[in-house]
Amino acid sequence: MKTVDCAHAPVHDRCVTLLSVFAVLIWLARPVFALDGQVQIHDPSTIAQCDGKFYTYGTGGTCLVSEDGWTWQRGVTPSRRGMAPDMIQLGDRYYQYISSNPGGQPHSQIILIHSKSLDPNSPDYEWVDGGLINSTDGEEFCNGIDPGLFLDPTDGKLWMTFGSYFGTIRVVELNPKTGQRVDDTFTDIAVNCEASTMVYHEGWYYLLATHGSCCRGTDSGYHIRVGRSKKVTGPFVDHEGTAMMQGGGKLVIGSGGRVVGAGHFGLIHEGDGVQKFSLHWEADMDRGGASVLDIRALLWRDGWPVAGENFRQGTYEIESVRTGTAIELAVEGVPVGGRRVRGGFGAARGARGSTQGRDGARSATPARGGARAGGRGIFGGTGGVIPDQDVAEVSVNWPEGSVDVRMGNYMCQAQQKWTVTPVADAGGTLGSPYFKVTIAGTDRPLAVTEGAELVTLPTFTGGIEQLWRLDQLTDGTWRIMPKIASVIKEPLALSAVGSSFATLAPFDPASDKQRWRFKRP
Amino acid sequence: MNKDSNRNVWAFVLLSSPVFLMIVSVPSTAQCDPMPKLGVQNSARTVPNADGFIQRWLILEPIRAVGDTQNAVQTTVKAEHFPNELTMIPKHGQKVTTADGSELTWHAVDTNEYNVNLYYFAQAVGTNCNNALFWAVVGVDCPEDMANVRLAIGSNSASVWWVNGQEVIGIYGNRCTVIDDGVSKRLTLKKGRNIIRGAIINASGAADFCARFLDAKDKPLKTFNVSVGDVGK
Repeated sequence: MKTVDCAHAPVHDRCVTLLSVFAVLIWLARPVFALDGQVQIHDPSTIAQCDGKFYTYGTGGTCLVSEDGWTWQRGVTPSRRGMAPDMIQLGDRYYQYISSNPGGQPHSQIILIHSKSLDPNSPDYEWVDGGLINSTDGEEFCNGIDPGLFLDPTDGKLWMTFGSYFGTIRVVELNPKTGQRVDDTFTDIAVNCEASTMVYHEGWYYLLATHGSCCRGTDSGYHIRVGRSKKVTGPFVDHEGTAMMQGGGKLVIGSGGRVVGAGHFGLIHEGDGVQKFSLHWEADMDRGGASVLDIRALLWRDGWPVAGENFRQGTYEIESVRTGTAIELAVEGVPVGGRRVRGGFGAARGARGSTQGRDGARSATPARGGARAGGRGIFGGTGGVIPDQDVAEVSVNWPEGSVDVRMGNYMCQAQQKWTVTPVADAGGTLGSPYFKVTIAGTDRPLAVTEGAELVTLPTFTGGIEQLWRLDQLTDGTWRIMPKIASVIKEPLALSAVGSSFATLAPFDPASDKQRWRFKRP
Repeated sequence: MNKDSNRNVWAFVLLSSPVFLMIVSVPSTAQCDPMPKLGVQNSARTVPNADGFIQRWLILEPIRAVGDTQNAVQTTVKAEHFPNELTMIPKHGQKVTTADGSELTWHAVDTNEYNVNLYYFAQAVGTNCNNALFWAVVGVDCPEDMANVRLAIGSNSASVWWVNGQEVIGIYGNRCTVIDDGVSKRLTLKKGRNIIRGAIINASGAADFCARFLDAKDKPLKTFNVSVGDVGK
């Protein structure tokens, strides 16, 4: 094995190595935000929305409910409790499939209950028993728990996968009008996993299933893998050609950061090209190792689903995918290290003192501080390290009141760096709090004007016009929406209408105008 | 002629025919025509082109100006080089006298391109575009009020733009012309005559600008007429 011998490396190299490691550690240590409120749950169902609220149900009848998708609280246990339920809305009803082991695993069954509402305060809230949907007798090669519902968008057929480690994962067809079995047939589609479900994407059926050990706290190896097929009944094969019937599966998400053991994938379609998924972590180290709900963005790369990241608090360049230019305060920029006059090329070549500009025009102007003055020339640099720009130093010439926002070529200047910070008690959206976006080193926030344009204000006051929602899109870029968009019911998003100008405009998933990259400066 | 000769002839024909086809099939629109047409009153230019670009302007012979940073440009365009610099509505051939006593002339200019080449304009009027401030003005006639539109410009180099006296765009620094580089906030073009005014400042080398309006969906706006004949009408 090749190892790095820091002790015998040159001092400079060692310092660089240590600094690099330190920088990575600082980056990794930056806060990653999990959901807020009461989020303890195990084996959560796919999240469903009812009358504007979000609901999920877990093992033991746990119900979690949220008004915004960010802050969750305990809800009301349904009429039947069991293990690892899944839920789907069909027509005017919510169908919940709940598994249990009446005779001990693998002797299992899945029972259906359904209700017109998930809100206990609604007159339509009544869980009706839908009967036995599937059972395994303890002898056959399947442990029939962990249902996963899938409505095929291509033909409207309803399918249920189930199974847990002992034997196979099976898929059966259900009647989308009643939620009942169509017949007694089934197809084996995977082994050595559990908590399966399917999604459809661009001509492929994807079978997502949880591998590894569960229910061991921080010692849980739970993680979600995927295979795909052109048919809902398989065969499902991973990216290396290994069949899921032989244990194959490409990793979607596993442990990382401060959470261990990812399981029970549930797709959330937010529309407009935004997909997310729910899951549980076997252990959240920041919550004493409890099993908790989480919501992540779902990305697609080379035809495979990939888990997105929760947004990390920090300082960023905000770059437009469309134009490549970056959001900045509309003030006179000061070059990092100070303004230098375009001069000679350098000590050796600059003796002629000729300069050539971008347009091919030549200047006979002597180079101040350039080669002819005995300096290094513009290409020779300063001879030392140029420190990052000090915002306190350059901002003394910025206007004190509101300042417009524009875009420009990123040049590491102070007015181009933005600190993104979650705002406590400001609510949020599915999987994300609302953020403030301020010029780094200042309290000057990005805000929305009455005319749906952008501006920065002198100080952050917490107003709704100063709060931002960040959604990672399926290609990994970000959509930036003001909170106020949720109030006026218009999906306004930060939009690069010009190379040097951004505005707010209705989100168009087909355009790059509203796709942004957060890049570390 | 022997067989080898025949083969050579056919080889030449086959090899050269694609080149010939390429030459004859190059559309005329692929040939750039950077030369602005001074004083031309081509009726085809009285409406924006297919992409919405305004191809007719009144342009003043350049004024010396130094500095393309934001502060320098703002200082330059706010300094009154001649009376009513930010409000005057010029006519083709009209002259102004600058503070240093120079007499400069406004020229009606047409372009066949999306942009107006100020390098060749300066050359055509007997000067150059180094350390130069160019003023450009045009009248935009709208059949009705047009709300939520945006002026969208590109310029080499820095430029500041006004619509009906309101400053709406400023882009600064040493830069090339990019379509829809500087874009205004949403504005309303009123029914009838609207005055668009631009100040383009160039340090050295090439200089040009382009301008069009975008509608509420960021599509080029084309339902207006362009006038330089009597801009203040």
